[in-house]
Amino acid sequence: MAEAKARGLPRTERPLSPHLQIYTMTISMLMSIVHRITGAALYFGTLLLAWWLLAAAMGPEQFATANWFFGSIIGRLILFGYTWALIHHALGGIRHLIWDTGRGFDLKTVDTLSWSTIIGSVTLTILLWAVILLGGGQ
Amino acid sequence: MVQLTLPKNSKVEPGKTWNQPTGSGDWREIRVYRWNPEDGKNPRLDTYWIDRSKCGPMVLDALIKIKNEIDSTLTFRRSCREGICGSCAMNICGTNGLACLKSLDDYKGPVTIYPLPHMPVIKDLVPDLTHFYAQHRSIEPWLKTYTPTPAKEWRQSREDREKLDGLYECILCACCSTSCPSYWWNSDRYLGPAILLQAYRWIIDSRDEATGERLDNLEDPFRLYRCHTILNCAKACPKGLNPAKAIAELKKLMVERRV
Repeated sequence: MAEAKARGLPRTERPLSPHLQIYTMTISMLMSIVHRITGAALYFGTLLLAWWLLAAAMGPEQFATANWFFGSIIGRLILFGYTWALIHHALGGIRHLIWDTGRGFDLKTVDTLSWSTIIGSVTLTILLWAVILLGGGQ
Repeated sequence: MVQLTLPKNSKVEPGKTWNQPTGSGDWREIRVYRWNPEDGKNPRLDTYWIDRSKCGPMVLDALIKIKNEIDSTLTFRRSCREGICGSCAMNICGTNGLACLKSLDDYKGPVTIYPLPHMPVIKDLVPDLTHFYAQHRSIEPWLKTYTPTPAKEWRQSREDREKLDGLYECILCACCSTSCPSYWWNSDRYLGPAILLQAYRWIIDSRDEATGERLDNLEDPFRLYRCHTILNCAKACPKGLNPAKAIAELKKLMVERRV
C-alpha cells in the first residue's frame, strides 16, 4: 500500500455501480420476476397436491386429515395462492411461447402482453374461486 | 451470481451540494454519482444547481456546464454529442440512455444520473467496459469467408442487405446490456443483448460463410440462453433497436438447424 501510494496509485477496489436500487421498474421486468416467483411457488404447491393424492391412497383417515387442512382458512388461502400461481405461470408461458416464435416484440405489444398476463391471471383466479364457492363447493 | 444489494464499498452516500440557487433564474437540480479512486471513500451523490436559462437543452449540456463552470473534477465520457459515438451512455432518472439525446425537459424535478448499472466504476460516470469489449471480440465481429475472394467485391442482393436493417445501426454504447438484470447477475458468462445482436448481425449476413461455427459458439446454457425476454434492452436502446427480437431469432435458428 505504501509503495502504491508512493507511485501515486492507491490500490482502491473499484465500486460496483448501482443497479436494481436505481433502475426504473418496467411491466415486462416485473412480469419476468413474477414468472420466476410463481414458478418456484409451484414446486411447493405441487408438493401439497402430492400429499393430497398420497393421503387418498393411504386410507380414509389420512384423507380426512388432508381434506380438513385444505378446507381450513389457511389451507384455502394456500390453495387460492396456488391456483393464482398456476394460472399466472401458465399465461406467462403462453406469452413466452408467442415470443419464442419471434412475434410480439414491438414495445407496445410487449407491454400489452405483460399487462394481459397479470390482469388475466387475477381475473381468472377470482372467477374460478367464485365458481367453486358459489357453485356449492365445500 | 445474483446479489441484490451493493457490496459495502459501493454503497452510495449523501454528497455535497454545489452552486445553491441565487437570485432569479430557471433553476434545475442535477444529482450526479461521484466516485474518486484516490480518496479511499465510498461513492456519493452530489447535487448541482444549474440555471436552465443559461444551459443547452440536453442532459449532456448540463454535465458540460457543470464541468466547465461549477466543478471541473466531474468525470464523464462524451464525444460526438449527436448519438452516434455512444460515449455518453449512462443511467438517467432510472433508465439507460445517451446524455446527448435526452432532453432535460423530458424529466420533472431533479435529474439523477448514475453510471451504467452493475459495472465496475473507474471514476464518477465512467464505467470499465473492458469485459464488454472482450465479449464483443469473442463473437468475431467481421466477415468470415471460405470461398475464394471475388475479383471485385462480395455482392449482396437488396433483400439480403435489408436483413441487416435494425442491426447495423448498433453503436455498442452498452445501454442495453447494462439494463439487463440477466446480464447483471451473469455477465461473466452471458453475452448480453448488445453482443448477441451483433452476433445475429453476422449470422444473417448473406455474405458470411461461418454461420454454423457462429451458432456453435452460442450453443451454451449461458452465452445465449440466459436471455429471459425481460425486454429492458429494447426499452433502453437509444437507437430504437430491438436486441430481444434478435436474440429470439437466434434461438429460432438454433431450433431450426436441429430439426
